[in-house]
Amino acid sequence: MLSLNFSSVLHGQYLHWFLLGAICTLLLFAVSWVIGFLLSLIVVAVRSSGARFLVAAAAGFVGYHRNVPELVQLFVWYFGVPQLLPATWQQLINNTGNSEFIFATIALSLNVAAYMSEDLRSGIRSLPSAQLEAARALGLSYISSMRKVILPQALKVAVPPLVNQSLGLFKSTSLAMAIGVAEMTYVSQQVENESFRTFEAFAVASIFYWTVSFLIMGLGTVWSKRLNMDGTR
Amino acid sequence: MTDLFHILHDYGLLLLVGQFPQGPLGGLALTLCLAVAGLLISFPLAVLVGIARTSTHTVIYLPVSVAVHLIRGLPVLMIIFWAYFIVPLAIGRSVSALTTVLCALVVYELAFMGEVIRAGIQALPKGQIEAARSLGLNGFQVMRRVVLPQALFHMLPSILNRFISLIKNTSLGYIISLNELTYSAYQINIQLLTKPFQVYTILAVTYFLICWSLGQAMTRLERRIQARRERTAAYVESTIIASA
Repeated sequence: MLSLNFSSVLHGQYLHWFLLGAICTLLLFAVSWVIGFLLSLIVVAVRSSGARFLVAAAAGFVGYHRNVPELVQLFVWYFGVPQLLPATWQQLINNTGNSEFIFATIALSLNVAAYMSEDLRSGIRSLPSAQLEAARALGLSYISSMRKVILPQALKVAVPPLVNQSLGLFKSTSLAMAIGVAEMTYVSQQVENESFRTFEAFAVASIFYWTVSFLIMGLGTVWSKRLNMDGTR
Repeated sequence: MTDLFHILHDYGLLLLVGQFPQGPLGGLALTLCLAVAGLLISFPLAVLVGIARTSTHTVIYLPVSVAVHLIRGLPVLMIIFWAYFIVPLAIGRSVSALTTVLCALVVYELAFMGEVIRAGIQALPKGQIEAARSLGLNGFQVMRRVVLPQALFHMLPSILNRFISLIKNTSLGYIISLNELTYSAYQINIQLLTKPFQVYTILAVTYFLICWSLGQAMTRLERRIQARRERTAAYVESTIIASA
C-alpha cells in the first residue's frame, strides 16, 4: 500500500518549486482576469453599438472562443501567431525571456473576455429597455447611462455567472503547462518526475487548486448575497 | 491560402482517422469516438448523481455533494493526472492513454452533468411529485415515470451543451500523447516545422465547425422544446377554462 510522506515533496528545492508554481498560477489568473474583464466590457459595447460590421466582428470573436478548445487557442497564439509577427516583434517578445507567460496571458484573457461578455450581455438584456431610454431622456450620455445606470444593475444579475467564469479561468491556467509555463500543474509533474512521489506531488497541487477554487466560490456566494441585500433596501 | 490546401491534401487523412487501416484509430475520428463514449458512460451515472443531489437523506446527499464540489474545484488536467496514477493502481495493470483520458473525462462530466440533471429535477413544480405520490406511486416510480422523463426532456439542450464541452476537453488527451485531433495536428506541425499558423488554423477551424454546428442544433432544440411547453401550457389553460 501507499506510504505517504509529504515532507519529502515539501522541503528544499521542491517546496521552492511549488511556491513559484503557486505564484505563477495566481499571477496568470489575476492578470488574465483583469484584462479579460476590461475587454469583455469593450466587447459588450461593440456588440450593442449597432454598426453591422462591428457587431459581426464581436460575434465572431465570441463564437471563436466558445467553439474552439482553449488548449488549441493557446497553441494558435504560442506556435501560430509568432510566425505572422515581424522579426523585430518576435525579438522583442523573446527578449522578455518569458514569451510562454505572455502568450498564455493573451490567450486566457481573450477567452475569458468572450465568455464574460456573454454573461454581461444577458445581464443587460434582463433589464427593461426603458431603463436606458429613461437615462438618456434625463440627459445622460450613452457612456454615462451605461456606467451609472445599466452596468451596476446588469452586474448584479451577472455576478453568479461571472464568478463561475472566474473559477473556470482559474482552472484553465493549468493549460498553460502545455506551452511550458511553470505554473502549479507543470510544477506538480516536474516534482513527480524528480521525486517519484506521485501521490504527494499531485496532492499538494490539488490542495492548492481546491483552496483557491473554494475561496472563489465562497467569495461569489458572499458577494451575490450582499448585492441582493442592497437591492431590497 | 494555398498552404492550407497543400497541408489538407497531404495530411487530411491523418487528421481525419490517424493511421487507421494500418495503425490505431486517431485524429478527428478518435476525438468524436472519445466524446461519444464519454457521453454514453457518464450520462446514466450523472442521472444517479443528479438524483442523489436532490435526495433528502443526508447519507446520500452529503458524500455525493462533497465529491461533486471536489471535482468542480480541480482543473481537468489535474483529474487526468490523477486518473493516470489511480486507474492502473485500482485495476492492477497498466492502461492505455485512451482509457486514462476516458476515465478522467467521465469523472469530470459526472460532476457537471449531474448538476445539469439536478437543476432539471428541481425545476419541476413540487405539485407533480405530490400528485404522483398521492396517486399511490412509490419514490422510485415517481422518479422513473414522472420526474425523469420530463426533467431529461427539458434538459436535452444542456446535455448537448455538455457534449460540446466534452469534445473540447478531449483535446487535453494531447498532454498524455493520446493520438486525437490536437495531438495529430501537433505531429503534423513537427513534420512541417515552418507552417505552424496554417496547421493550427486548420485545427481550430475543424473544432469550430463541429462545435458551432452542434451549438446551432442546440439552439434549435431549445426553441422547439420551449414552443412545446408553451403549447402544453396553453392547452392546459384552455381545458381548465372549458371545464369551469
